[in-house]
Amino acid sequence: MNWFQKQTLRKLLRPGDALVLLVGIAGWVTLTVSLWQSGPAARAQVRRDGVLVAAYPLNEDRTVTVAGPIGTTVIRIESGRARVVSDPGPRQYCVRQGWLTRPGEMALCAPNHISLTLTGGQPAYESMAY
Amino acid sequence: MLRRLVLTPDDHRIARLTAAAIAIALVESAVPSPLPGVKPGLANIITLLVLLRYDWTTAAWVTLLRVLAVSLLVGQFLAPGFVLSLGGALVSLGALFVLQPLVRQQPRWFGPVTLSIAAALAHMLTQLLIVRVWLVPSPGVWVLAPVFFGAALFFGTLNGLIVAWLMQAATENVASNENLPHNSQP
Repeated sequence: MNWFQKQTLRKLLRPGDALVLLVGIAGWVTLTVSLWQSGPAARAQVRRDGVLVAAYPLNEDRTVTVAGPIGTTVIRIESGRARVVSDPGPRQYCVRQGWLTRPGEMALCAPNHISLTLTGGQPAYESMAY
Repeated sequence: MLRRLVLTPDDHRIARLTAAAIAIALVESAVPSPLPGVKPGLANIITLLVLLRYDWTTAAWVTLLRVLAVSLLVGQFLAPGFVLSLGGALVSLGALFVLQPLVRQQPRWFGPVTLSIAAALAHMLTQLLIVRVWLVPSPGVWVLAPVFFGAALFFGTLNGLIVAWLMQAATENVASNENLPHNSQP
């Protein structure tokens, strides 16, 4: 089979296939743009067992302590970002994750049942109305 | 009293094809992946070949037996990984069932690539939904969705092209076997 013949490629990738592929790529680009360009993060949400226990604006610096089943998790909010400073969990995944800066980013301290999530200022669809 | 198990040629065919799919999936499971959930899914080449050369029922048997056998072999049976594989396999088989008339009736327009892309996307969507609902109940899961769907689109296309190429190579072999005595090399 000669790979450089146009006919060969046409048999492998038929017109409908190419259309499906193009639609797929277009859908993927739309998905990526809508999910990854949602503006700056505005609020930090702290959850225990998935239940929202507190939410703070990111433009006010503060340190928050949250009690969980195995100890206290310390969260720092500073200059538009937030991080878990200390946590009693054995592997320290959420501490080592460092600063969270974008909406949707999340640090999960599973052993202590605490999670820190950033959210955007407005729901993303509002910007599409204009 | 022992009852004799009667094996039909279909059973042998399914077993042979499943063995091939299991071998491919096992080799693939040994290759490290940059992100859990992203892998080429080369064993699905077998599923698509079976679907196109035999029928949907055989393809479903081969796929589900492969998922079961591979999960047993890598020690993931009934673990989250198995549930993800099984859910993905069931939904993508459903997608193939819906789309196969298109390929059978319009072979000039639609080929294996369409089937492969649709099945890969259905597989990935199912896995993400299972993860979202069951394993990581947080909307943060969707942040990685573009990576997963990008990979599904890429590998779906690649596998589809491989299937199309294998099908074509098979028909060309049949053609060249017919004029074997003359060995028509240009």
